[in-house]
Amino acid sequence: MIDPWPYINGAYGAAVVFFAAAAWLTLSRYRRAQARLKQAETL
Amino acid sequence: MDKSVDIENRGGGTWFHYLANPGRFSRAVRPALPWLTAVAVLLTAGGLVWGYALAPADWQQGDAARIMDVHVPAAWVAMFGYAALAGCSFASLVWRHPLADIAAEEIGPAGAAFTGLCLVTGSLWGRPTWGTYWVWDARLTSVLILFFLYLGHVALVRGFESKAQGYRAGAILALAGAVNLPIIVYSVQWWNTLHQGNSISLTGSTIAPALLWPLLVSALGFYLSFLVLVLARIDAALMERKTLALLRAAAEGEA
Repeated sequence: MIDPWPYINGAYGAAVVFFAAAAWLTLSRYRRAQARLKQAETL
Repeated sequence: MDKSVDIENRGGGTWFHYLANPGRFSRAVRPALPWLTAVAVLLTAGGLVWGYALAPADWQQGDAARIMDVHVPAAWVAMFGYAALAGCSFASLVWRHPLADIAAEEIGPAGAAFTGLCLVTGSLWGRPTWGTYWVWDARLTSVLILFFLYLGHVALVRGFESKAQGYRAGAILALAGAVNLPIIVYSVQWWNTLHQGNSISLTGSTIAPALLWPLLVSALGFYLSFLVLVLARIDAALMERKTLALLRAAAEGEA
């Protein structure tokens, strides 16, 4: 029988990378939008 | 006439119509976002650690069944996301809610990402249990179609010079594609599939409680994470639109 652990580690690793990437992308977009709005409001 | 004012005067007065006003939406969502994020992180991390390290191995599949705690929540969120996309598209076409188009635009990439995670983890589960990463059975193929429907929506919404045309085309695709949702759910009953049948229904579950609880915690975390991501994306999109409007107004003032 195939050792399942490389696949289990792969699946959980993919999930961790997925959530980290999603959080980073969303947070950076959110902060950029906040900063630009603040800048535009001072014009 | 301002569209948001028009929505307010429409009557009915449900929370759905109430929150369709972008200003009200931002005021309601912004203070809740940090709390929702904290709960989502706790539940997702808790569910994943529980499933990976603490839950017992399955009597039949052994440790490979641990992949369930990533794969199944991703699949549920993928389908829930598409149902939400179809709902927003319906609200856009029928009531012309100002927020429905923005919500649909922001749900698309998030839903596609969760569907991609579902397909990847499903493949990684398939190899040790079926001996292959992929088979063209009804469940796997219908989820792949769901992924393409999401990508199609993302492309359509952004593919037109006129934003309104893109939103309309995307909404029609999202509504037509909703027929795929019952096909995904019932595919394992209607066709002879390598993919196992549904283990959880509204009336009960065939999974042992020691394996079911980490799955449910993980699923709740995935749902909340999706909600947080989408709400943050919508709020960011509203701020981007407001910035653009302010810059335009400033430029017109100077001209």
